[in-house]
Amino acid sequence: MTDVPSPVTRPRQIAGLSADRLKKTLFSRSVLAPVAAVLVFLALWELLVQANGWPDYVMAAPSDLPQAYIRYWELFLVMGWQTLWRTVVGLAVAVVFGVLVGMVMGFSRVMRDALYPLLVGFNAIPKATVVPIVALLFVGQHDFNTALIAFMISFFPIAVSVSIGLSTLEPEYRDILRSLGASQAMIFWKIALPKTLPEFFGALKVAVTLAFIGTNLMEIVSPHGRGLGALFDSGKTNSDYPLMFAVLIALAFLGIVLFYVVVALEKIFAGWAERPAT
Amino acid sequence: MTGLIDIKGVTLAYRTDTGPLPVLDDLNISVPEGGFCAVVGPSGCGKSTLTRLIAGLMRPDEGEVWLHGARVTSPRATVGMAFQNPVLLEWRTILQNVILPLEIVPNKQTKAQREARARELLALVGLEGFEDKRPSELSGGMRQRASLCRALVHKPDVLILDEPFGALDAFTREDLWQTMHQLRAEEPFTSVLITHDLRESIFLADEVIVLSGRPATVQYRMAVPDTGPRDLDHLYTPEAAEMLNILRHQIEVAQGRAPADPEPATATPPGSAAQAMH
Repeated sequence: MTDVPSPVTRPRQIAGLSADRLKKTLFSRSVLAPVAAVLVFLALWELLVQANGWPDYVMAAPSDLPQAYIRYWELFLVMGWQTLWRTVVGLAVAVVFGVLVGMVMGFSRVMRDALYPLLVGFNAIPKATVVPIVALLFVGQHDFNTALIAFMISFFPIAVSVSIGLSTLEPEYRDILRSLGASQAMIFWKIALPKTLPEFFGALKVAVTLAFIGTNLMEIVSPHGRGLGALFDSGKTNSDYPLMFAVLIALAFLGIVLFYVVVALEKIFAGWAERPAT
Repeated sequence: MTGLIDIKGVTLAYRTDTGPLPVLDDLNISVPEGGFCAVVGPSGCGKSTLTRLIAGLMRPDEGEVWLHGARVTSPRATVGMAFQNPVLLEWRTILQNVILPLEIVPNKQTKAQREARARELLALVGLEGFEDKRPSELSGGMRQRASLCRALVHKPDVLILDEPFGALDAFTREDLWQTMHQLRAEEPFTSVLITHDLRESIFLADEVIVLSGRPATVQYRMAVPDTGPRDLDHLYTPEAAEMLNILRHQIEVAQGRAPADPEPATATPPGSAAQAMH
């Protein structure tokens, strides 16, 4: 494969990131533009609070947040980690389960007809109502419960996108391989799976943010003293309003980090679907 | 007469909600080894169904399909296919796309041999230097050239072409016709071409078969002499015009827009050197 340069991933470039290139990356449009947007957003927020003269129990300003972070830094680290790993576990299970369900529905019309109403109905149930049920069902299993809700809220888009990706595979693709005597498994590995990857990653981006919602639902609605949701809840009980807003920003930060992890994975595995800018 | 491809009394009906829909009715076609048979007919008359039968992707209700003296009951690796949609795999380079059949058909070739074979074919169709490009970077004509290479890379006995040039502009199409003649000179194969373009049929084929409207049966056969239009200039001779006129009339008959000839279904085009096949 040495003579086949892949324009998609350049592991050597990533590994050999020189200081010069780092500088170039940091000042590139793709980094500067989002950073500028965040700064503008924070400035507008600050302006809104200052202009209205709101006290922090109406709305905390960005300038109130640093002290909240400094005061509770250790809690943020510990609870942020708890939220993060349980979200990732829930998401990982959602990926495995969602892909399996999507495969079953994508390959079998009968299964698609049979499972769709069930899936849609399940997805339509507000997960906030499921939280107390799950909490009662598995009393005390906090980690399990939280990951379970994260999983339940996030697997639906993955299952649907995989099933649509597989079922809309043009028959010619199948025929090209079948006419050569390829098995179903071969058609799946060589064509169906890679062709579905862009749809899969699109759904995964949605699922990431959903999974965070699921984790925090469990942490807030059924408090067990763990995760950023619990920290938010304690801010509420203690009337520490800057802390509540600080938690929101921390959650947004974790969401952004996980989102870009997915974007990076997408670039590696489905970068071919990206058209060069013209 | 037995040929490399023998279609004997093939009858087929699709099962639909409103009852069986007859598509092919007692179809008999024989293509000798190295022959090139073009099949034309009104749209929706079952031409694509015919290609799927030859490729072993479908089985007839009645009658038999024989390839190389063996009855076709399932897909066989000695067939290559190209469709109107080039169906290249977007995540592979052109070279890796062309190699695909060699990854499926059992063979003892090493990776280097496979690549050499693919490069040789790509050079033959004028795609030298594009081996490492992705399909999205190529024009429609170039993609179709790559698709032809993929259909031929495993040296199939039979090349099935289902309107491969149908979606191309007129100039590109004429270019590819000439490429087909080159390929035929370099790579011996027996071919069945489905087309809507009568000029294409007499330019490429040794025999043109006109199918009747659904359910399709052979309505008319025309032998194209060796001295037939084999380069573009010859498409504008009186002989070629005469052949085209006859075929156009036969299509009109098949569409039910002109009364059938009192003459027998097989005829020698008057005033041309063409010979009746049977």
